[in-house]
Amino acid sequence: MPPKTSLLTLRNIVVALLLIALALLPVYAQLAGDRFALTLFTRIVIMALAAVSLNLILGFGGMMSFGHAVYLGIGGYAVGMLAKEGVYSGFVQWPVAILASALFALVIGALSLRTRGVYFIMITLAFAQMAYYIFAGIARYGGDDGLTIYKRSQFIEALNLSDKVQFYYVCLVILFAAIYLVYRLINSRFGMVLQGVRSNEVRMRAIGFATYRYKLTAFVIAGVLCGLSGALLANQADFVSPSVMYWTRSGDLIIMVVLGGMGTVIGPVMGAIALLVLEEVLSGFTEYWQIILGPLLLLVVLFARGGIDGLLATLGERFTLRRPS
Amino acid sequence: MSAPLLEVGHLAKRFGGIVATDDVSFAIPPGELHALIGPNGAGKTTLIAQLSGSIFADSGAIRFAGADITRLPMQKRSHIGLARSFQITSLFLNMSVLDNVALAVQAHAGHSFSFWRNARAEAALREPAREALARVGLADRAERLTASLSHGEHRLLELAMALAGQPRLLLLDEPMAGLGPEESARMVGMLRALKRDYTILLVEHDMEAVFALADRISVLVYGRIIATGSPDEIRGNQQVREAYLGDAETAHA
Ligand SMILES: Nc1ncnc2c1ncn2[C@@H]1O[C@H](COP(=O)(O)OP(=O)(O)O)[C@@H](O)[C@H]1O
Ligand SMILES: [Mg+2]
Repeated sequence: MPPKTSLLTLRNIVVALLLIALALLPVYAQLAGDRFALTLFTRIVIMALAAVSLNLILGFGGMMSFGHAVYLGIGGYAVGMLAKEGVYSGFVQWPVAILASALFALVIGALSLRTRGVYFIMITLAFAQMAYYIFAGIARYGGDDGLTIYKRSQFIEALNLSDKVQFYYVCLVILFAAIYLVYRLINSRFGMVLQGVRSNEVRMRAIGFATYRYKLTAFVIAGVLCGLSGALLANQADFVSPSVMYWTRSGDLIIMVVLGGMGTVIGPVMGAIALLVLEEVLSGFTEYWQIILGPLLLLVVLFARGGIDGLLATLGERFTLRRPS
Repeated sequence: MSAPLLEVGHLAKRFGGIVATDDVSFAIPPGELHALIGPNGAGKTTLIAQLSGSIFADSGAIRFAGADITRLPMQKRSHIGLARSFQITSLFLNMSVLDNVALAVQAHAGHSFSFWRNARAEAALREPAREALARVGLADRAERLTASLSHGEHRLLELAMALAGQPRLLLLDEPMAGLGPEESARMVGMLRALKRDYTILLVEHDMEAVFALADRISVLVYGRIIATGSPDEIRGNQQVREAYLGDAETAHA
């Protein structure tokens, strides 16, 4: 049986609609006068970027990092600390956020990637918690109260990040670019190595790959993308605090990836939308909304291994099978 | 006689109290199909593991194509032309059959820090992979998911992956393991064809296959080589009969 090559599957239609809806969201918010939707979805887009970055190493590379939120903090503090010192230029802040995240990822990765399984999880977690306590202890930058950012990153005259719509589109363009980057990456030689490592690392080494350096590179790329997400998050909140890198935040990112679908490019975006919208809706009913989230996650893990994205693909197949030919 | 391609001298390896490799020395000249036989637990897989570099010997030396590779790490050995197929199938089950072999090709096609170009569209990776698949008779399975193949096909894919790196020496650990009679016959045919182009160290349990294919045979018992010789010499060796072949083989002969 030849593999199906049709682009017009249920899953692809949903993905296309989703991307269009994200692109048109500010129009809806404007027409409906729903300012809150814009705020919520700006946050969703930023967290989706973080989830996409985690998916690169978790979903495609099989590296179960439990400290990925640390880069949200690194990126955020790069912006916050520079702003506090009077440096508002985004042309300085963002490259610093990127470089600092890369450096952090390089150090954490270099040490943790020599280990496997539970040890890897524990080391990544430990580094993130260490960063959390270090930033909580720096009084000049607000300690555990956090640091208010009085001016958003400045780029050029025409671009004003304090404008909600403009800021949303900046975030969205970066998210789309990151998705495309990951898409190219995972289908390249580098991506094939990454997927081979997830599938069977011993065999990868036996056929001649020095796997460590490829894993480390992926780890750094993921850290950089997440650091960028942190810089955006700090701008959106006009605030950064150590809590963005607390281990539960790393857990949220993992949930987004698993919920949306590990190892598909768009899955984490679906997961971010699902988790954050669910949180918003459910927390309106009860403050114990996580009691509902828990069983839901359990259902996904038990019955829909591929997450939402996988579910769409399965439903699509059923749909085409039933259709009279 | 030409200089040996592989030369093993006084190799030894212990696991705690078990002597898995005990002062093993042998040499394989280019072009030979050398079979390694011995009862279960004799240390055949352990020996292959030391040759491929997945474990290091405690003492002794391994020379390949004139160079000392005793301490060379596994991924580097693969680059100088040593390819191993695993006794227990070790594949990328969630990738396509062609992807499996293409990865083996890619491992020998320079570094893989290429981030943009679609690897599945690179003829330099896909063509040699398809050739290797055709060579083992799996051409029509190329696009299938590896997990969906039969055990016999997995064994053939193992072989294709070993071939994809254009090795100078094939280390085959029980390629016939778990195959039915028909599939075994197919594999023997395959190995007979490969024998023309490759130097091969074959670990195998199937005596009929070994005696049909091998130029020379070494017999390993309790980590020690007790005899090396042509199939006829091994058949006639009294020590080997007592230690290993037993009555079954005598009845055959
Ligand atoms: N990693 C290991 N740790 C401890 N003992 C091992 C290990 N690998 C093999 N052995 C032991 O070494 C001996 C040789 O095993 P092996 O090389 O697998 O034999 P064969 O492949 O000839 O059946 C056996 O007694 C086995 O139990
Ligand atoms: Mg064995």
